[in-house]
Amino acid sequence: MNKHRTFQFLFAFLLASFVAVLMIPSPRVTAQQAAVYAIRNARIVTVTGQTIERGTVVIRDGKIAEVGASVSVPGNAKVIEGRGLSVYPGLIDSGTTLGLTEVGSVQETRDTTELGDFNPHMRALVAVNPHSELIPVARANGVTTALTSPTGRLMSGQASLINLDGWTWKEMALKPSVALAMEWPAAAAGRFAAFLPPEATQNLAQQRERQLTALRQKLDDAKAYAQAKEAREKDKSLPARPTDFVLEALIPVVKGEMPVIITASSERDIKGAIELADKYKLKLILRDADDAWKVASTLKEKNIPVIIGPVTEVPRREDDDYDLQYSHAAKLYKAGVRFAFQTSDAAYVRNLPFQAGTAAAFGLPKDEALKAVTIYPAQIFGVDKLVGSIEPGKIANLIVTDGDPLEFKTNVKHMFINGHPVDLSSRHTKLYDKFASRP
Amino acid sequence: MKKCHLVLSFLLIAVFSVAAYAQSDETLIKNATIMTASHGTIENGSILIRNGKIAAVGKNSDVKAGPNAKVIDATGMYVTPGLIDAHSHSALDDVNEMSLSVTAMVRMRDVVNDTDINIYRQLAGGTTTIHPMHGSANSIGGQNVILKLKWGRPAEEMIFPDMPRTIKFALGENPKRAGNSANPFSAPGRPLRFPATRMGVEFTIREAFVQAKEYMAKWDAYEAAVKRGENPLAPRRDLKLDAISDILRGRLSIHAHCYRADEILMLINLADELGFKVTTFQHVLEGYKVAKEIAAHGAGGSTFSDWWAYKMEAFDAIPGNAAIMTRRGIITSVNSDSADLARRLYQEAAKTIKYGGLTDEEALRLVTLNPAKQLKIDTRVGSIDEGKDADLVIFNGHPFSIYSRPEVTMIEGVVYFDRREDLKRRELIAKEKKELIEREKKNAGQGQPQQPMPALPPTLSEEELDHGKPDRKQQ
Repeated sequence: MNKHRTFQFLFAFLLASFVAVLMIPSPRVTAQQAAVYAIRNARIVTVTGQTIERGTVVIRDGKIAEVGASVSVPGNAKVIEGRGLSVYPGLIDSGTTLGLTEVGSVQETRDTTELGDFNPHMRALVAVNPHSELIPVARANGVTTALTSPTGRLMSGQASLINLDGWTWKEMALKPSVALAMEWPAAAAGRFAAFLPPEATQNLAQQRERQLTALRQKLDDAKAYAQAKEAREKDKSLPARPTDFVLEALIPVVKGEMPVIITASSERDIKGAIELADKYKLKLILRDADDAWKVASTLKEKNIPVIIGPVTEVPRREDDDYDLQYSHAAKLYKAGVRFAFQTSDAAYVRNLPFQAGTAAAFGLPKDEALKAVTIYPAQIFGVDKLVGSIEPGKIANLIVTDGDPLEFKTNVKHMFINGHPVDLSSRHTKLYDKFASRP
Repeated sequence: MKKCHLVLSFLLIAVFSVAAYAQSDETLIKNATIMTASHGTIENGSILIRNGKIAAVGKNSDVKAGPNAKVIDATGMYVTPGLIDAHSHSALDDVNEMSLSVTAMVRMRDVVNDTDINIYRQLAGGTTTIHPMHGSANSIGGQNVILKLKWGRPAEEMIFPDMPRTIKFALGENPKRAGNSANPFSAPGRPLRFPATRMGVEFTIREAFVQAKEYMAKWDAYEAAVKRGENPLAPRRDLKLDAISDILRGRLSIHAHCYRADEILMLINLADELGFKVTTFQHVLEGYKVAKEIAAHGAGGSTFSDWWAYKMEAFDAIPGNAAIMTRRGIITSVNSDSADLARRLYQEAAKTIKYGGLTDEEALRLVTLNPAKQLKIDTRVGSIDEGKDADLVIFNGHPFSIYSRPEVTMIEGVVYFDRREDLKRRELIAKEKKELIEREKKNAGQGQPQQPMPALPPTLSEEELDHGKPDRKQQ
């Protein structure tokens, strides 16, 4: 394998001495070899600023060094000829289980859901498999960064923002712990509710109340724990408490330093989540939130962002508008609510651009659709100084495409993550190539 | 329930009012870009509809309508044939009769739910014909139904005219689940069901055909004796073996759920040995590995555009599958198997251009003419040709652009979905809903207490069988 790679690099190097325009070698370029790259003569969609119809992006030491129409290409730069191509910031998926699961039905490959209701101390990042076959597939249509999140519990664990390239999860981490992922307890037994005897419905309601009571209790405990800890830091004569891992993990949450991402669908659940956030001064991000449009004015007033998606999910209620999910983003946009898109999955992250595009087919302005998979998630997760647009100083997470990245017919030609060119082949392209040429 | 009846009645009224004027008159769609699926794309084209059929299609200048024709100006719009979903589980009360490994006697046409809201939602996505199938829990499942999505009409009117008969087979993980303890049907203490392996699936199908042949021989002997003027005792009628006999007689087409290349070859091998044909391999996610063999058997392939990794046998699924099968000469379609994807088959088709380099027309055929061929209904539907049913979709842009959406869907010339009408109706529904709620509030406590419904054991949907599919959020 190593020999093979070395050979390819040598080959690329030789090619460089003959041709001015370089192909990117397909294997990963390591930090030592990474030098300076320049994408020239390309259309540059910066997202936050003006689009440059023909310009150059210079990448140095993993960062975007220069962007502009009259930027000169440094002499030591590897050049990508961008004529006819466009440069966009890498896309960001605001909710996935990428790296935490491989094959849906094979329990042994799933690490999304720990036992128990309260897992604020569980960290997604440490369970991310950097060599998951799903990651190169996820990159295929331009996603460079994803929030990967534990799921399925009242407090599922800490979601992590990862770049989709790296030899280890440490190298992948963009922000190790972005938020505490929570799921609001279900109001009913879903589609079977009508078939349950009254006692069962009652039991579910009681269970939900128990869970919500326990939730408030846990947050009260965390506040008390934080106070006790602070007090002892000032006065060592106070008795020491043994570490409570759950409460320890909740300190940044109750202090409003770490946001909570609460999955809540119905209007009642969303209101419940908002009420809880108000009471405990939590920094709230809503997820799924099918009914968010019904409380849009509250969300705007309280500056609560919503992670929407999948846009292509079937509306839950029989009497919902047929395009309820398709047009949700447009409704939130008109109401001035902040939002971003998620695929809510691992195997289908590559469909993120189509989620955003479908929302645009149903009323969301196209540039807003693009922002909701680039700069908006960066803002929501507090990393907008690092990623989400093409600006000097930001991490060089970039894609070079032959068109609008939200369109089906567009192809991603090059991808940079942390300033390194990334291989765009995957299990899928390899199997395709192998069997398309079967005699 | 009341709420949904209210909505339904509104939709019904709307559909009937639209339907009323379209019954006999001519309709002309003009100035459209027409993607015919059979003979290329016509710019500045017109389609004349008469008595529910396509009377003419061509350039604006070549298509003439009578003076009373209703005219739809489709300037800037695209028209495609109504989309056809070769693998659906919508509009059904039940999906899996999972008690036995061979249930060839059950029929989905007996459990059509014509009030399923998914019918309307799929119409809104340009889908006009669907193939609701028995589930994949059994090696040989039940007989499927083909429906036209005539929302508001009774089930009998939705069933495709002179419907060709099809039957579901299933290979691989799903039919062997009930034979393993970790299966979703196994209540504690419930006995396991044969088969538990792919070996057992092969045997189960073989056994059924051998029994059917013996059964046919008994009937042949009986009929010969009757012909000779004897008075023999008739063999006992077996509805299960009747169905399998019909497969052998070519009256019932097999649509076989499958994933892996080995099981696809297994069924081809069995078919060759026992003398039957597989009409279409469904899902056929590894079809690209054995495309040569599928083509040689003459079977079609109906697959997903990009589903994968939700279970072990889907781990080698690739989004280039439809393209590779197409290039090997297999009649290929892209299907939904889900209430979600059935609303946007045009998007699923578009993905095959991206991942497999198909042309626009090849991609369009994956959701129109090709599934029509697989279901043997292509003489009536699947393309925009003179004489075919006027099942049409009008898109506000190129159907393979992410920014496009269907505006109007018609079946046999009748508009069953019109986005503008839908938007108007929403206000009416909201108003009536509000009034009803207020009336209920006023009468609070005076109504009859609602009787709890009896506890019915829910049956498993296909999504639950294949848990982790993309339209179910991962838990």
